[in-house]
Amino acid sequence: MSLDYSGFPWLSAVVFFPLLGALLLLLVKDTAVRWTALGITLVELALSLPLWLFFDPSTPRMQFAEQVTWIASPAINYSVGIDGISLPLILLTTFLMPFCILVSWTAVQTRVKAFMAALLIMETAMIGVFVALDFVLFYVFWEAMLIPMYLLIGVWGGPNRVYAAMKFFLYTLTGSVLLLAAILALFFHGGQTFDILLLSGVEYPAALQFWIFLAFFAAFAVKVPMFPFHTWLPDAHVEAPTAGSVILASVLLKMGTYGFLRFTLPMLPDATDTFTPAMIGLSLTAILYGAYMALAQTDLKKLIAYSSVSHMGFVTLGIFALNAQGIEGALMQMINHGITTGALFLCVGIIYERTHSRLLADNAGLAGPMPRYAAFLVIFSLSSLGLPGTNSFVGEFLVLAGTFLWSKPAAAVAALGIILAAAYLLWMVQRVAFGVPVAKTAPKLIDLTPREWVTLTPLAILVFWIGFFPNPVLTPMHASVNHLVEHLDQRHTAVAHRHAPSNDQRQPTVLSRREGIP
Amino acid sequence: MTLPLSDLAAILPELIVMATACLVLALEPITPAKRKEWLAWLSLGALAVCFCLTSAQMGVHATVFSELIVIDPYAGFWKLLLYAVTGLTLLMSLAYLKEERIHQTEYYGFLLLALVGMMVMVSAADLLTIYLGTELMSLSLYILAGFKRADGRSLEASAKYFVLGAFSSGILLYGISLLFGVAGSTRLSAIAAAVSLRSLDDPTLLVAMILLVVGFGFKMAVVPFHMWTPDVYEGSPTSVTAFMAVAAKAASFGAFLRVFLEGLGGLKANWHTLFLALCVTTLVLGNVVAIVQSSVKRMLAYSSIAHAGYALIGVVVAGHASASFEVRSLGLSSVMLYLAIYAFMTLGAFTIVAMLRKSGLEGDHLEDFSGLAKRQPVAAFLMLVFMVSLAGIPPAAGFIGKFYLFMAAVEADLAWLAVVGLLFAAVSAYYYLRVVMVMYMREPQTSADLAPRLAASPVMTVVLACALAGVIVLGLYPTPLVSLAAQAVLALK
Repeated sequence: MSLDYSGFPWLSAVVFFPLLGALLLLLVKDTAVRWTALGITLVELALSLPLWLFFDPSTPRMQFAEQVTWIASPAINYSVGIDGISLPLILLTTFLMPFCILVSWTAVQTRVKAFMAALLIMETAMIGVFVALDFVLFYVFWEAMLIPMYLLIGVWGGPNRVYAAMKFFLYTLTGSVLLLAAILALFFHGGQTFDILLLSGVEYPAALQFWIFLAFFAAFAVKVPMFPFHTWLPDAHVEAPTAGSVILASVLLKMGTYGFLRFTLPMLPDATDTFTPAMIGLSLTAILYGAYMALAQTDLKKLIAYSSVSHMGFVTLGIFALNAQGIEGALMQMINHGITTGALFLCVGIIYERTHSRLLADNAGLAGPMPRYAAFLVIFSLSSLGLPGTNSFVGEFLVLAGTFLWSKPAAAVAALGIILAAAYLLWMVQRVAFGVPVAKTAPKLIDLTPREWVTLTPLAILVFWIGFFPNPVLTPMHASVNHLVEHLDQRHTAVAHRHAPSNDQRQPTVLSRREGIP
Repeated sequence: MTLPLSDLAAILPELIVMATACLVLALEPITPAKRKEWLAWLSLGALAVCFCLTSAQMGVHATVFSELIVIDPYAGFWKLLLYAVTGLTLLMSLAYLKEERIHQTEYYGFLLLALVGMMVMVSAADLLTIYLGTELMSLSLYILAGFKRADGRSLEASAKYFVLGAFSSGILLYGISLLFGVAGSTRLSAIAAAVSLRSLDDPTLLVAMILLVVGFGFKMAVVPFHMWTPDVYEGSPTSVTAFMAVAAKAASFGAFLRVFLEGLGGLKANWHTLFLALCVTTLVLGNVVAIVQSSVKRMLAYSSIAHAGYALIGVVVAGHASASFEVRSLGLSSVMLYLAIYAFMTLGAFTIVAMLRKSGLEGDHLEDFSGLAKRQPVAAFLMLVFMVSLAGIPPAAGFIGKFYLFMAAVEADLAWLAVVGLLFAAVSAYYYLRVVMVMYMREPQTSADLAPRLAASPVMTVVLACALAGVIVLGLYPTPLVSLAAQAVLALK
């Protein structure tokens, strides 16, 4: 592990600053809570920028690494570090948090202090998940997230919030406990260590990989969520407060796909091979099913929730295409989905504050009274459907290219999902922006306030910036993704040597995997 | 037989607690009503002295009174835990008894007598001595359970506990007598020697073993010997419930582990299967029945049964024949670690329940927690932490306890048992979180607007602070306790 920082535990500072901030909030007067929370998230964003500026994109090694013994027996370390896979996700988290605070400014009126504290604790846990290099530490952050999220949905959510919160909690917890069993099994078979990098270098027996894959799948597929484990998502999204929806859609869902990239692929290459057709199948189902469900929704949040299921299907599709294009596209799509869907949820939150309804019918024809709002809604919808020139186009294109290398029919089916996405999003835009206004409410609607301008503009800029110049986001990924793909290939060559008959089948895929984007 | 002074010195902590208990009972009638608190402080002082004495004994390994009592780090671990638990219970009772208007200082005397019984249990190397300790503990607890004399439920709890407890003691004694018939002695070492000479399926040994399992199973509240637990826990004064759920369980586990590993270690292959079955049934029944409880005290009673099931996972590992010595030791030390962590979180949860007690309102019903987050944010937050910890969610200490147990299970090639335990941990999250839900997501009831007086009590604050510190510190930095348990286990043969 490289020590390429000046001795200051920069990564730990980024992880724990929001937690300290949450404690600080307890000392602040009620009137100053919002400004303090905003200040903390902005400082946190500033703290996280050096990670990007001083990140060395030429190496797949872990950077800004720190390691301290936490528990002596068994050896559990406080061990953190970032590579090209985790860096974009950390930046996404720190970037979105100020907007979560801003959008809750007037929407949350009860127990504001506790709300902001829960958001900040969430931030620490989320960043912790992305930086942890020790499996137990990862698990601690992974689980620690559940309680603040449960409270965010359950205390500040909509009418059916208690049910939605409990459903979210039990779904994810059940998946996670199996993850713990898998972690313990890996510890035992992987040389009595919880170090993620060491565990990734071990070759596990095929039967063990099979079971561990299933346990990992239970944890990560629920989080993504992959079809058929997605049923908690629409409930949670609909009931959660806007900030909760944004966090859920933009960051929490990425943890599942991050788990696949960080653990499943490197640790269980043989089982990954076995399960790839099934995973591709589930991804395609999610793409089509999510899109199809989105077409039928009358509730804006539910529509976006199902569109998330569909879009996350693209991400898992890219991951299990198992080549550089697919994985880079998936990573790109994780970021894009975070920005675009987060922004769409912010838009819904903004309109909900005015009309107190999330139904499409109650929010029709907004372009008249709120032209600027409608413009933002159109931008983010176009981005979500992957219009060239917006961020999602880059990611979806790469995913489709990767899938094409794996199987042409699969790519064709996935492309169908893009068409459906265009259908439900444009239909939504047509009704919400340009439909016949509801007579009662329309005249009273005021357009975006300065605070809302500040919330939406940076995200819109990012949509086009990534759409036209994706390289600042793509470059840090290359080395890590290529390293991952090479790692997979090496294992396959080893397997291919052992099982000579399957050699001829594997060879083409192996070659195609190397055709990574330079 | 003579009583050498060194032997008496070895059991000085027991003697001090005993003497204090007698002193408290004797001073009771002549203490003016205003000064009754002083006896509680006296008891607390005695506990502090004993804590220091036992800490100093931690390195010692000695048998005294012709092998009746053994002083070793294993006994020391349990004693330190018991002092801590008794001390916190004492403090909590101080406020709670006044609120219940049953502040009579015999209470402290019996609490200390129960403690002496427990100390003898974990320190005894002879079945009859263990039996004496068990009886001293149980008799004191029978009385304490009925301490709310004006309350029918408390009396019912006491009577029920006594009748069933007497049965179980009889069964235990019967098992002991059979073992005496086999070994010609009640010393654990003699029994171990006799067991090693006999065949594994010797019927007398098997019957004796099963009788001991039943006897101890009752004290530890393991399914199917748990029937008394919900009623007794619900009816007893809350401070006594906490003491029973934590201290009595810990002491019973302490004695039981020594008996089965040192005395009946040769029968591992037999009792291992038996405990596997008990462990799974306890996990299933405890967790599932806890879901439907509407009284928090009853829910905690079933949760304490479920936690005994988790602890049994470690016992199963400790008796797993194909596991290496290290793995079996890990299983054993994880039981000790688990019960120590369990002590803090359960005491904390019961203290919150006790705090909600108001005249005319029991405060243990789930509805009484409605909107607690608005009425008393601090109490609600503490309860949240204890519930999260009981559910085993990191970074609270409950996770560390479960982590070590499941790690031991996976290493002993019992991964399926770990998976069962983990899945039921997810089930348990439902009923623990329901308390959180009621506190945070329901509006306060109009009748519950009155703040309970106990919320402002300084002793309650101290108890809660200690429990919280235990849950947080052990969750974030468990190493000292882990190594203490690991060393303690080495003392067992």
